[in-house]
Amino acid sequence: MRQTLPPLLEFVVLPAANLAAALGITAILFLAIGVAPGTALGTMIEGAFGSSEGVGYTLYYATSFIFAGLAVAIPFQAGLFNIGGEGQAMVGGIPIALVCLALPGWPWWAVLPLAVAAGMLGGMAWAFVPAILQVRRGSHIVITTIMMNFIASALLTWLLADILKAPGDPSPESVPFADSLALPVWDGTPLNVSFLLALGVAGLAWLLLNHTVWGYELRATGRSAEAARYAAIPAGTVAILAVCLGGACAGLVGINEMMGVLHRLVDNFTAGIGFVGIAVALMGRNHPLGIVLASLLFGALYQGGAELSFDHPRVTRDVVVAIDGLVILFCGALEHVLRRPLAALWAA
Amino acid sequence: MSLPDLLSVLAATLRLATPLILASLGGLFSERAGIVALGLEGMMLAGAFAAGSVAALSGSPWPALAAAMGAAILVAAIHGYATVSHRGDQVVSGMALNILATGLTPTLGLAWFDQGGQTPALGPQQRFLPIWGGQSLLVYLTLLLMPLCWWLLYRSRFGLRLRAVGENPHAVEAAGLSVTRLRYLALLLCGALAGLAGADLAIAEGAGFTRDMTAGRGYLALAALIFGKWRPAPAFAACLLFALADALQLRLQGVVLPGIGAVPVQWIEALPYLATLVLLAGFVGRARAPAALGVPFEEEK
Repeated sequence: MRQTLPPLLEFVVLPAANLAAALGITAILFLAIGVAPGTALGTMIEGAFGSSEGVGYTLYYATSFIFAGLAVAIPFQAGLFNIGGEGQAMVGGIPIALVCLALPGWPWWAVLPLAVAAGMLGGMAWAFVPAILQVRRGSHIVITTIMMNFIASALLTWLLADILKAPGDPSPESVPFADSLALPVWDGTPLNVSFLLALGVAGLAWLLLNHTVWGYELRATGRSAEAARYAAIPAGTVAILAVCLGGACAGLVGINEMMGVLHRLVDNFTAGIGFVGIAVALMGRNHPLGIVLASLLFGALYQGGAELSFDHPRVTRDVVVAIDGLVILFCGALEHVLRRPLAALWAA
Repeated sequence: MSLPDLLSVLAATLRLATPLILASLGGLFSERAGIVALGLEGMMLAGAFAAGSVAALSGSPWPALAAAMGAAILVAAIHGYATVSHRGDQVVSGMALNILATGLTPTLGLAWFDQGGQTPALGPQQRFLPIWGGQSLLVYLTLLLMPLCWWLLYRSRFGLRLRAVGENPHAVEAAGLSVTRLRYLALLLCGALAGLAGADLAIAEGAGFTRDMTAGRGYLALAALIFGKWRPAPAFAACLLFALADALQLRLQGVVLPGIGAVPVQWIEALPYLATLVLLAGFVGRARAPAALGVPFEEEK
């Protein structure tokens, strides 16, 4: 049986212990590729927090991870595992770019609400397909969201190769947005107002999940769809809405990446952010506050990893992907391994 | 399409179906024993990387084949440790291993070979080249493994027990058998077959490991299995269908269709994934999965 632990252990000690185990394996990985783990850790911490520039980058990465983490967590609370954050973020980016390209002379604060609505709608639309297939046809959402990721990637590449490509530019990207649309950044870093948007969305998600009837219905469906149905909760509709809401959050990744930094639609601009969202949601125990904290940690990992690759040519972004996998493994799949000894220790 | 064209498409279909069939055979053992085989992608990737590395270092495809199976079995064993021994979430574990393999293989590749994350290009002695009819040894091995695995699953005592573990593990335990042992054996077979699939990509079909070279084939194999309602013959048919879509993709590039114009490359690339989605939505409906699939099993004390 799953032992219940007091909140301090459940929400602080256990995730910390799982994270430590994942980082322990990471240290072995660093040894295997000839990088001293101690120095690597020092470089990463220094890179992520040692300067205002580092902090800016850390928070900029964290912004996208908060959106991606919520995209996994909200459906998860309803009992569905949404692996499609990556594709939903990509497709959400397309209407954001169209809004930005259509309104060149406008100030950023006037376009932002429209772009937010566009991104949410795009992500929602892409999430709706696997959601309705799961509820109405029983097609497994894990498989269908993975397929939707591949299709989204092909769709974006095609749009940028044939339709939206900037004339004369060899790389697959759209024409740049107008300068007036660039979101204000902090101190020369890519950190922009989307960070505040992400915190606001996380807060709204918390309110929705924990303080509304609809959030209650969503969590009840996640606990037991049968029981929820018995209590006259429309479990199917609730599940579809939960996945679509997750997709809407994923769709906002493009606000941070495109209006904040890239200022154009670029092929594969999500670069695996959707998959980091899985690790972030699992580490944050699918709670909005936990997701914000886990996002900060992964933001630091990304920024620290980037610093590390300046020093070590053999360290690339792939190392961070491997760490991502390890964190999902230890905080998700192997969470019971340390739970038992911890519970025994608590009982003693 | 002329006859030689047709034959070449069919040959390409068989070639491209081989890794899918091998992986879905592996998934068949795993899922029929009640363990979700979402980690096929990661097992294949680990197998492909091990095959590419060992073939480059040893100069022969045979140790590479063994290494591919070993690496994929290791991934399967971690999956077993998390989900069978510790009753972790099988979907989460599979996804974690896939992401881990995606990051780990190019990282180790870069550290060992300094070629941007891929393994060195292999020469003819280091690969399984076509031996007859334009197909490599691994294609014929796969054709042999198909009836063999079917026999093992449906006609042997081991297969009966394996399927029973996926349907009602408590009954198997009551009969005095170890559920844990049977599920680990299923994962062992799954890993070995997925490793072969990875080796086929890296040292038969391709000439070395390249980053993300599985490109979703593990997921397609799993989808084929689901589409085949967890039975071998329909699953193989689905694998052949996906492979046909893939083979046509190579043919259709640049072809101008009447009324549509040139078909964009990306549309054709999306075809197997789109086909999976449509097949899962339209034809399977609510297929009956093994009853205990994905449910952690707790031994009676």
